[in-house]
Amino acid sequence: MTATAPALTARRAFRKKAVVPWLFLAPGLLLALVFKFWPMAKGIWLSFFDVRPFLGDRWIGLDNYTRVLTDHRFQEAIGHTLVLGIGQSVGAIVVGFALALLLEGQARSLKILRTAVFLPAVTATAVVGELWRLMYYPTSDGLINSGLHFFGLGTVQFLDNPNIALYSTMAMGIWIWAPYNMVIFLAGLAGVDRSLYEAAAMDGVSLGQRLRYVTLPAIRPALMIVLTLATIRGLRVFTEVYVLTGGGPAGSTEVWMTRAYTLGFTRNDIGGASAASVVLLCVTLLLTVVVNHLRTRGEAR
Amino acid sequence: MSAPVIDSVRPAAPDTPAGRTTKDQRTTPARFDTALGWNDKPGLAWGLRVLLCLIALAVFAAPFLTIFSGAFTTHPSGSSLSFLPHDTTLSNFRVAAAQGMWDYLGNSLVIAGGGLLLQLVVCTLAAYALARHRFRGQALIMMLFMMTLMLPEEVIAIPLSLVLGDVPVLHLDLKGTVWGVILPLGAWGFSVMMLTEFMRDIPDEIEEAARLDGVGELRMLWQIVLPLCRPALGVAGVLGFIMIWDQYLLPLIAAKDPTDYTVTVALATLRTDPVVGSGVVLAGAVIALIPSLIVYLLLQRSLVTGIAAGATKG
Repeated sequence: MTATAPALTARRAFRKKAVVPWLFLAPGLLLALVFKFWPMAKGIWLSFFDVRPFLGDRWIGLDNYTRVLTDHRFQEAIGHTLVLGIGQSVGAIVVGFALALLLEGQARSLKILRTAVFLPAVTATAVVGELWRLMYYPTSDGLINSGLHFFGLGTVQFLDNPNIALYSTMAMGIWIWAPYNMVIFLAGLAGVDRSLYEAAAMDGVSLGQRLRYVTLPAIRPALMIVLTLATIRGLRVFTEVYVLTGGGPAGSTEVWMTRAYTLGFTRNDIGGASAASVVLLCVTLLLTVVVNHLRTRGEAR
Repeated sequence: MSAPVIDSVRPAAPDTPAGRTTKDQRTTPARFDTALGWNDKPGLAWGLRVLLCLIALAVFAAPFLTIFSGAFTTHPSGSSLSFLPHDTTLSNFRVAAAQGMWDYLGNSLVIAGGGLLLQLVVCTLAAYALARHRFRGQALIMMLFMMTLMLPEEVIAIPLSLVLGDVPVLHLDLKGTVWGVILPLGAWGFSVMMLTEFMRDIPDEIEEAARLDGVGELRMLWQIVLPLCRPALGVAGVLGFIMIWDQYLLPLIAAKDPTDYTVTVALATLRTDPVVGSGVVLAGAVIALIPSLIVYLLLQRSLVTGIAAGATKG
C-alpha cells in the first residue's frame, strides 16, 4: 500500500508531464499545419491534376511538370532567377561587408550612421518599389538620370530597356539587402579578438594581410549564414520584381515565382502553377540541405 | 571561433563582450579597435572615411528624403524629384485620403496589431515547450517549425489561396476578413527558434527553485521565464512587426475586394490609377512608411542586435 501509492502518483505525474508540452505546442502546430503544411500537401497533390473548376479534377500524372519545364518562358525565367538571385546575393554581401568595415566602431556618430543606413531593410518592399520606380524615371530630370547627366552621361531607360531592366532590379535588391547583411557582418566583426590585431601590428603585417588572415577567418561563420539566407531568398524572389517591373518589359525580368503567379492567378492554370511551386520548393529544400551539410562539415574541421 | 561571435551579439546578458570592448578600448589604441584600423584623429584616412560615410548616407538614406519632399510638393510630375520640397502642400495627402489610403492604413494596423499579438503568444508558448520541457519527438517538432521558414507565402500562394477560401474541417471562408491574413502569420519559425534558444539559456536552478515553491506551468512561463527573456521578446516583436508590415502577396490573395487591401497592396493599385500623379503615390508611400519608421526608431537598438543574434543562431 505504502509502496504502490507513490508509484501511482508518480505515473500520473509522468503522464501529466508528457501532455503539458503538447498543450503549449498545440496553437503553433495547428496554425502551421493548416496554413503551411496543408497548403503544401495540397499544392503537391494538385500538381498531378488538370484542375478544372466545376468539372472535377483529372489526374494527368507528370504532365504539368513536363509542360512547365519545357515552357520556354519558364526556361527563360530560370535564367533570370539565377542571374538576379546570384547577382543580388553576391552584390549585397560585398556591399554589406564594405559597409560593415566602414561603419564599425563605438563612436556615437557611427551608431547614428548605422541606424540611417539600415533604413532600406526595415521598409516594406512595396514602398521601396515605388521609390525606385520614381528614382529610375526615364527622362533626363529623373533622380538617377539627372545624376548621370551631371557627370556628362546620357539618360538610361532603367526599367523600359529589356537589356537593362533585370540589372536595375538587381540594384534595388542589393540596396534592400546590403544593410541587412551589414548588421550580421558587424556582429561577426565584434567577435574578432582585438589582441590579434595588436599582435599582427607588432609582426609588421600589412592591413590587407591582416584583413585576409585575421578578420576573414574570424567572420567565416557570419559569412556562411549570410550566404545561405541570401541564396534561398534569391531563388524565391517575387515581391521585388512584382512591384518594380511586374516581369516586364517583354518578360525580361520574369522570374520563376512571378511566372508561376501569372499562371495560377491570371491564367487560372492551378495545376501548372502548383507544379512550378513544387519544383521551386524541392530546389530550395535541396539547397538548404546541401548548404547545411557543408556548414556542419566546415565547422567540424 | 564561432563561440565569441554568438556571445558578442547576445542581447540579454548585461556583461556581453560588446560591453567589455568599450572598457578595453581605453587601454588599447583606437587603431586596433576596427578591422580596417580606422584612426579617430583627423588626417588623410579620416577624411576618406568621412567622404565614404557621406556616400553611404547619400545612397542608403537620402532616397527617403525624396519620398517626403515629393509627398509635400504640389506637382512633383514624377521626374523632378528633389531632396527638399518646393511649393509645400498637403493636397497630395487629401487626394490619397480620397482614394481611401487612411482606410487601408486602418486595415494594415489591425492586421499588424492582431497578427503580432497572435504571433508572439503562439511562438512564446511553443518556444517554452521546446526549451523547458523534454518530450518524445522534440527534434521533429523543431524541424517542423524550421520548415515553416522554407514555406513562405510565395511558394504556397496558390494552394494557400484555396485553403483561405475553404479552411479544412471547419469549412470557413476567411477571404475578405482580417483573419485570412492574421492566422497564416501566427506560427513564425524564426521567432520560435530565436525564443527557444534564448529560453534554453535560463539556468535550471531558477526553474527548480520555483517548482519547489509549487509554481505551475503557466505561472512559470508568465512570471519566471518571460521577464527573463524580455530582450528576446523585444526582438521578436520588432522583427515580427516588420515582417507582417512587409507582407504583400498574402493580403493580396486573402482579399475579396479592393477595400480589404492593406496599405502596401493599395500603394501599387494607387500607382496604376492614371488619375493620380506621383505626388499622391509618394503621399501613400509616406503613409505606409511612417508606422514602420516609428517602430524601428523606437526599438532600433534591440532590432540591430537581434537580427545578428537570430541569424547567427538560426
